[in-house]
Amino acid sequence: MLGQCGLNELKELYSDVPGELMLKEPYDLPKQMSEPQVRRFFNELGSRNRPGLVCFAGAGFYEHYSPAAALNLVQRSEFLTAYTPYQPEISQGTLQYIFEYQSMMARLTGMEISNASMYDGATATAEAMLMAVAAGRKKRRVLVSETINPAYRRVVDTYAHYHGIEVTPVAAVDGVTSRQDLEEKLAAHADVAAVIVPVPNYFGIIEDHSGLAGLVHSRKALLVMTCVASDLASLRTPGEWGADIACGDAQSLGIPLSFGGPYLGFLCATKALMRKMPGRVVGATTDSEGRRCFVLTLQAREQHIRREKATSNICSNQGLMTLYVSIYMSLMGAAGLQEINERSHAGAVYLLEQLTADGRARLRYPGKPFLNEFLLETDYKVDTLIHSCVKKAGILPGVKVSDHEILIAVTEMQTREDMDRLAAVARECM
Amino acid sequence: MVYYSKTHEYIRMENETEGFVGISAFAAKQLGNVVYVDLPEEGDEFSQAEDFGAIESVKAASDLYAPVDMEVTEVNEALADNPRLINDDPMANYLMKVTVTDSSQLEELMDEAAYADFCAASH
Amino acid sequence: MNRELYASLVFELSAPGRKGYFLPDSGIPADGALDGIPSGLLREKDPQLPECDELTVVRHYNNMSTNNFGVDTGFYPLGSCTMKYNPKINEEIASHPAFSGLHPYTPACASQGALEAYWHLQKALCEIGGMAEFTLNPFAGAHGELTGLMVIRRYHESRGDTGRRKVIVPDSAHGTNPASAAVAGLEIVEVKSRPDGTVDVDDLRPLLDESVAAVMMTNPNTLGIFEKNIPEIARLVHEAGALMYYDGANLNPMLGVARPGDMGFDVMHINLHKTFSTPHGGGGPGSGPVGVRKGLEQFLPSPRVVSRQVNRDDIPVGEHERYALEYGPESLGSVSATLGNFAVQLRALSYILTLGAEGLMEAGPLATLNANYVKEKLKADYLLPIEGVCKHEFVFDGLRDKSTGVTTLNVAKRLLDHGYHAPTIYFPLLFHESLMIEPTETESRETLDKFVEVMRSIAREARETPEVVINAPLNPPVTHPDDTEAALHPILTYDELLNGKV
Repeated sequence: MLGQCGLNELKELYSDVPGELMLKEPYDLPKQMSEPQVRRFFNELGSRNRPGLVCFAGAGFYEHYSPAAALNLVQRSEFLTAYTPYQPEISQGTLQYIFEYQSMMARLTGMEISNASMYDGATATAEAMLMAVAAGRKKRRVLVSETINPAYRRVVDTYAHYHGIEVTPVAAVDGVTSRQDLEEKLAAHADVAAVIVPVPNYFGIIEDHSGLAGLVHSRKALLVMTCVASDLASLRTPGEWGADIACGDAQSLGIPLSFGGPYLGFLCATKALMRKMPGRVVGATTDSEGRRCFVLTLQAREQHIRREKATSNICSNQGLMTLYVSIYMSLMGAAGLQEINERSHAGAVYLLEQLTADGRARLRYPGKPFLNEFLLETDYKVDTLIHSCVKKAGILPGVKVSDHEILIAVTEMQTREDMDRLAAVARECM
Repeated sequence: MVYYSKTHEYIRMENETEGFVGISAFAAKQLGNVVYVDLPEEGDEFSQAEDFGAIESVKAASDLYAPVDMEVTEVNEALADNPRLINDDPMANYLMKVTVTDSSQLEELMDEAAYADFCAASH
Repeated sequence: MNRELYASLVFELSAPGRKGYFLPDSGIPADGALDGIPSGLLREKDPQLPECDELTVVRHYNNMSTNNFGVDTGFYPLGSCTMKYNPKINEEIASHPAFSGLHPYTPACASQGALEAYWHLQKALCEIGGMAEFTLNPFAGAHGELTGLMVIRRYHESRGDTGRRKVIVPDSAHGTNPASAAVAGLEIVEVKSRPDGTVDVDDLRPLLDESVAAVMMTNPNTLGIFEKNIPEIARLVHEAGALMYYDGANLNPMLGVARPGDMGFDVMHINLHKTFSTPHGGGGPGSGPVGVRKGLEQFLPSPRVVSRQVNRDDIPVGEHERYALEYGPESLGSVSATLGNFAVQLRALSYILTLGAEGLMEAGPLATLNANYVKEKLKADYLLPIEGVCKHEFVFDGLRDKSTGVTTLNVAKRLLDHGYHAPTIYFPLLFHESLMIEPTETESRETLDKFVEVMRSIAREARETPEVVINAPLNPPVTHPDDTEAALHPILTYDELLNGKV
């Protein structure tokens, strides 16, 4: 092969690289491993986790039932090893499942349209902010409720800081977005492009957003709702609240937790905002023989054509995860998702009763409706509870919010016995 | 009288201060089938060379720049439903009607003949 | 596949009451559980998701997959995308139950193995990139670019130098570069390329002043040519107080050859889904780790995974964790809610371990050899605008014989008929008929020879029976989708389809 190139040695392929830049030594990296060695390496690493903990941790990411069919079908190598479907003739598989995903997400969120995915819930929320600011022309302020997920808030703040957007927080009172503070801030600032509120909020509370859309729209701003996807099968949807953009993470649609990803950011919107939507979008059309088919469309909005004028720089997204959740939703149907929400809620109510029975812990925001997650205020230290649960009971009891506050989530995956065990450890916490 | 900018917008003056802004036939041909035009709203003001919108075909997009300082007085609504009118006749199917706020800037633009030379040179 | 039988959308396969799941019994009654929630907080309209049994779903998606083309299907010479083979062991590791069930907010005491995997990968990337530290948090290449530019802005901010708002990119850069700069609040200034696509140093010099934050480059560049003047460019950029950003899209041919850090780059990103063999997944998920040279580590996004102990024997087991998360005060902020696409990171680490130091040293040269081999064998039939040794990829400007009326698009579509994925076409924009080929190191000589044969046969067809090439592809599942109609009247959901005509 070298001869064909008129060369004698491999290194002649790099004769144009200045000598002082060439690597002098091989990489200081481990020697080649065979597959059994690689397996052993990862088995050992895995044993240094505490695998198999019963998971009551949530804070935006939830352990749900992952159907074998979904796990298996996303491994089809025609899906897995394909590139972005720029060649529709040989990408109808990818294009069709994205179209199905868009259709399901639009129905789930009650919005008119969806894009083909963002990275995660946090970046989806940040991109929704960029989109609203782009749509708001010269307005460069967003009002963000203090009740959104703080991990999302950090990402929103980061994007806003570098992009030159002013983030004004809206106070949380009794665990929910203060309508009074929101009204005052809307009145005080003429340059508000968007208001961002959660469904449900970080503390698990289902906030009442009645009248919010009218208020926000009267100030010519957009209403953005950042959501936990699976909850929307039961909760009032962003569409029904009158939101302009719905975003968030769809990990809760059965995607394995995998220590942080891949998850699935989603972004849905009204049709009026279609041209400002970031990322890829698939549309239906027909081919020259009149057959229904699918193509990437509205591409002129995207970075590879619009370059610095694009709303977003997103290129690779979380494509394959849209296949995963499409399969998941097709298997579960609306009834399955609603059954999961009912079980999760019933479990959360039961666990809350058990944890508060001895009077040493209580609901942080009493009287506020929640679906499957609640903030518990404890007399004992949360660190003690977490460490005792992990070590004695094989349970991850929740996510620490402060020294005496823990966020606890229940899904269809934990049993009554798991909850009793968790409560028993809590009773022993000093 | 029609004037052209180097960014391929034209302004066709109706009288001393009012005119129609559109894209040149050359630009329309380069772009191919127009699928969308993003236009400003009535009452919006732009200074010369400021971008006021964008025009898209399937695989290309181009920003639109104000040929002169101007205020939008009317947007061509027909383009929302049928942007391909631009390909049919870009001069008849203008983008919007404007009031020119500094008519001296017109002199900086090209006339028909100068623009034809400009296109020939850049092609 | 049989389109008559299997061309439905999953919604069209739905039947009321069907289901493909069976939930575990938790022991807690749940019927009517949501009655306690005020009805105004519950949705009114049913979401109308499909209702299907498992077999229907499995057949539906299996059949859909046969309308797709992946690296596992056939040769994928897509320029600038590095479509190398994705070894199966990596998939097995990615779904290891000790990692796949781990919650992202598991305390460090219960996730040491996962944090260590992250640590190993970032260290390996440091060695390969010649950098001091990597963050693996960014989800994709473009996200890495954005993160890297934020690092650069944070660096200038930390010195009180807030006037630097320009990023210089070559006119041949990928569209993501200017888009990332704009999202990061920076302005783009283009520097001209010379005819071989390399940066024109004379054009660059006058652009460098105190308003410039960074210069973004790929090396080798988009045309597969090594930027020979990189040491001089780096010197000029640093003298002007700006930083050098390396777009890792084209890192593959540099494996085992040279390191961006040694070339003078301060910040870089790597596309794990290109160079480190994680599957493209039909457009994602990817991963875009960002590396920085010494002195910039503190600006990386939070959380950072830190190793808190040099000598692991010092610390009693169970007392302190070796790996922990850190939210530093000088960090640029967060770009993700978690540590990124962790399962993708596991695949890349598995790939690095499988190849080992010796395998990685060979990867770049073999990718480069494969590209040059194909180029030399095809240049009699296809127009090679830039002679000489290329790196991992090269660009033809269409067929050599321009009289046939056959375009690059026609050639690309004709390749589909032969069971190959098309090369990248009409990019870079420097040529009218760009046809960009990147074979990667994982293809055998036999595969390359067959591809060459087919490419030559298409060139022959273009001369003898051009209509065959112009009408290609002949037998795909769909022919000539109407993308103008799709963009004019977008139909983006099943509901719009029901209301529309398609």
